[in-house]
Amino acid sequence: MHQLSLAEIARGLNERQFSAEELTRGLLDRITRLDPQINSFITVTEELALAQARAADARRAAGESGALLGAPIAHKDLFCTKGIRTSCGSKMLDNFAAPYDASVVEKLAAAGVVTLGKTNLDEFAMGSANESSHYGAVKNPWDLSRVPGGSSGGSAAAIAARLVPAATGTDTGGSIRQPAALTNLTGLKPTYGRVSRWGMIAYASSLDQGGPMARSAEDCALLLGSMAGFDPKDSTSVDQPLDDYLAALGRPLTGLRIGLPKEYFGEGLDPKIASAVLAVVEELKKLGATVKDISLPNTQHAIPSYYVIAPAEASSNLSRFDGVRFGYRCENPADLTDLYKRSRAEGFGDEVKRRIMVGTYALSAGYYDAYYIKAQQIRRLVKNDFVSAFEEVDVILGPTTPNLAWKLGEKNADPVSAYLEDIYTITANLAGIPGLSMPAGFIDGLPVGVQLLAPYFQEARLLNVAHQYQQVTDWHTRAPAGF
Amino acid sequence: MMQWETVIGLEIHAQLSTRSKIFSGSATTFGAEPNTQASLIDLGMPGVLPVLNENAVRMACMFGLAIDAEIGERNVFARKNYFYPDLPKGYQTSQMDHPIVGKGHLDITLEDGTVKRIGITRAHLEEDAGKSLHEDFHGMTGIDLNRAGTPLLEIVSEPDIRSAKEAVAYVKAIHALVRYLGICDGNMAEGSLRCDCNVSVRPKGQAAFGTRAEIKNVNSFRFIEKAINHEIQRQIDLLEDGGQVVQETRLYDPNKDETRSMRSKEEANDYRYFPCPDLLPVVIERSYLERLRAELPELPTQKRERFEREFGLSAYDASVLSASRELADYFEQVQQTCGDAKLAANWVMGELSSLLNKDGLEIDQSPVSAEQLGGLILRIKDDTISGKIAKMVFEALANGEGDSADAIIESKGLKQVTDSGAIEAMLDEVLAANAAQVEQYRASDEAKRGKMFGFFVGQAMKASKGKANPGQVNQLLKKKLEG
Repeated sequence: MHQLSLAEIARGLNERQFSAEELTRGLLDRITRLDPQINSFITVTEELALAQARAADARRAAGESGALLGAPIAHKDLFCTKGIRTSCGSKMLDNFAAPYDASVVEKLAAAGVVTLGKTNLDEFAMGSANESSHYGAVKNPWDLSRVPGGSSGGSAAAIAARLVPAATGTDTGGSIRQPAALTNLTGLKPTYGRVSRWGMIAYASSLDQGGPMARSAEDCALLLGSMAGFDPKDSTSVDQPLDDYLAALGRPLTGLRIGLPKEYFGEGLDPKIASAVLAVVEELKKLGATVKDISLPNTQHAIPSYYVIAPAEASSNLSRFDGVRFGYRCENPADLTDLYKRSRAEGFGDEVKRRIMVGTYALSAGYYDAYYIKAQQIRRLVKNDFVSAFEEVDVILGPTTPNLAWKLGEKNADPVSAYLEDIYTITANLAGIPGLSMPAGFIDGLPVGVQLLAPYFQEARLLNVAHQYQQVTDWHTRAPAGF
Repeated sequence: MMQWETVIGLEIHAQLSTRSKIFSGSATTFGAEPNTQASLIDLGMPGVLPVLNENAVRMACMFGLAIDAEIGERNVFARKNYFYPDLPKGYQTSQMDHPIVGKGHLDITLEDGTVKRIGITRAHLEEDAGKSLHEDFHGMTGIDLNRAGTPLLEIVSEPDIRSAKEAVAYVKAIHALVRYLGICDGNMAEGSLRCDCNVSVRPKGQAAFGTRAEIKNVNSFRFIEKAINHEIQRQIDLLEDGGQVVQETRLYDPNKDETRSMRSKEEANDYRYFPCPDLLPVVIERSYLERLRAELPELPTQKRERFEREFGLSAYDASVLSASRELADYFEQVQQTCGDAKLAANWVMGELSSLLNKDGLEIDQSPVSAEQLGGLILRIKDDTISGKIAKMVFEALANGEGDSADAIIESKGLKQVTDSGAIEAMLDEVLAANAAQVEQYRASDEAKRGKMFGFFVGQAMKASKGKANPGQVNQLLKKKLEG
């Protein structure tokens, strides 16, 4: 049962092949047995899951048949869950049980999902390897000596290891797409404003966006349909009707114009990944797509721009963790300043502190114009690149990451080398456009991801292209050995 | 000795009287139990997001229109970052580069009746912080976040003010204006209107400003005057002793009538302002402003001009009576009842004001209603009572001895005697009782007679218990003495 997709689970539940409770028990059992190898969960919510499963079974027995009714999922542990620890992978929030549910959590619960638990992540979503978590590194089920990517590494590893069919993630610079690529999943970062950020603990507010992670585009479509939508509690949420993501999956790709940005195939890209990506292009051509070379000239400036804007916003967003009202407080503070200094010094890990310091510096008097304003100008240029490109093509295709999953600890000494892994994903966050990563094959047994980017609010198009590709390929169905 | 000139600029924080907070739905009522009006948003819980209260924007726009200011089409909220226990998020959401209200001005009337125009640099919206309670907690500090998130309009004046008296006149004018507009209750004791005073001195004739000190949070008209005067003297003493004024923030201690240093410029925070990524820019359309302009109530200046024009009041009387909306309304009601604006003005500014002052009452607490006062004036006008008796009736009204002037006149038998036969008879008695004086009078020259005449009038009024019509008494007395 653990191999089933969300779509298959819905059919199985509908046809009474199994109950949500049976399914839930089976997966909880797998988590107990297998998760110690990969460390993908911070909290397993067994009681809640069983209660939700029984409630879902009762609702089905009463005649309801929602696509997600009784479907097991997990939430990245930065979505607030009422009464349940919401840690952000940080010692700072180890003792924090959120007093409310995030909008995403609430919407999915209303759709009838069963929450198995809260997944591991880089501390406060800052990282691309899921090694900065207070709860320890997450391991990649495809090779336990390697990272699963980050920051949604726990969600990715849990889905790849068949502990859960789908999970929520968040993506600030690639945190859904990059771990999806490194663990053979499909992951979607929606348009900024498509999914509510209420209750999603902020890393960088203008870039953060929640989205679905699963093993197929179809499952992502299912999940997105219930996650997305306007939320009056989030001022940056956009009041625009949702597309029927499931209905759009079946559209033929005839006439689809694919753009290949030359900047995404240049220096730094593993040539084997380049060929895997081009093989995907060939497959899509067979499905009726046409291909065009394009240019996104400001791509090279995206990383520096991101690593000013994101830390700047983070330095402010994380100020509320001061030891006063919730979260970690140091022992026996001598005075107020001591309380602040030690609570934050002891409660935050190194990567978080590094970004708070970088962000604080970038916003400081005398540096603001040179860093923050300049970074925002670049951001506009990056956005303009996409706007012009999408006048000529329907989707942009390229690698999700320049390299395959790396060894645990390999990039710890050199944070900048890890930052560079985000080169192809960060631009979508800066521009606010949607992006999807899907499985594109394997190199030396490690998954390769291909990224598709589309204009604002064209999530349906991305899911459609990925689904059509997944109808003629089986990369996405492959499971890591031992799981 | 050197002649010094004072330069003052004021920052007034006016709490806007919206029912809910600027970024959350919590109530803003003053005086509730600590932390009972603090929602997840006000507490700065992880994952919460602000949603702007449209009413706060509307009130700020009304203020802008009332001071003839430019109102920006595009308004941006910015974060002001600093740590303090009663600032839950570690930043205050405020405005920096794009304040909602730009350059405007307000005319103030000085004691000598001259009108001075004070420039207003800007007025911006921001959220109030909570309160730190240092008493009652045995060496600890209590935090009350009821006030956190209350909307504030910070009104920044140009350094156009030249004395403590002008400063008070300006604050009073702002106070009247926000109350006229109904956007702030103006309750200074509860902190609804607070004032930061920037004070510097310079040798008379010097163009450059001296170094300023800022006196924080002065909360009464009287303290503003005292604090500024104290600070002016402190700076002059310092400079005349060869010292220098240090740029710093000072606190006024009303008990000791002195200001003392709070923090110097060196200790000042670098607030690292940047646009708040959780709030979209607010676009204010011209049509919205035009609608608001049409709905504006009559403002103090307009009311003052109308009082002069319509009622023929002096500039001074008109400005006193239009100083507060309540006083102006009271006056107009009296005027309407009695149909005599000048008498109404004299009574409101005379007897009524001294009664209120004596008992420390506001106009809306007046024991004599406008209708009662109007009714009293009517009886003066139709000669039912004299001005002197009227004062007695007024006192009786204030003491609640009757529902109306008429009732009191009736029950106390105060009706003026106008029957000339009765008056003549009474005068005959008075003259008979003072026969010696009558003889003396008749023997005197014109000048002496003038002085003595008052004596007979006094005796006559005394004999009539004040009820005899004074005009008739004068006329008949003259006739009898000289006839």
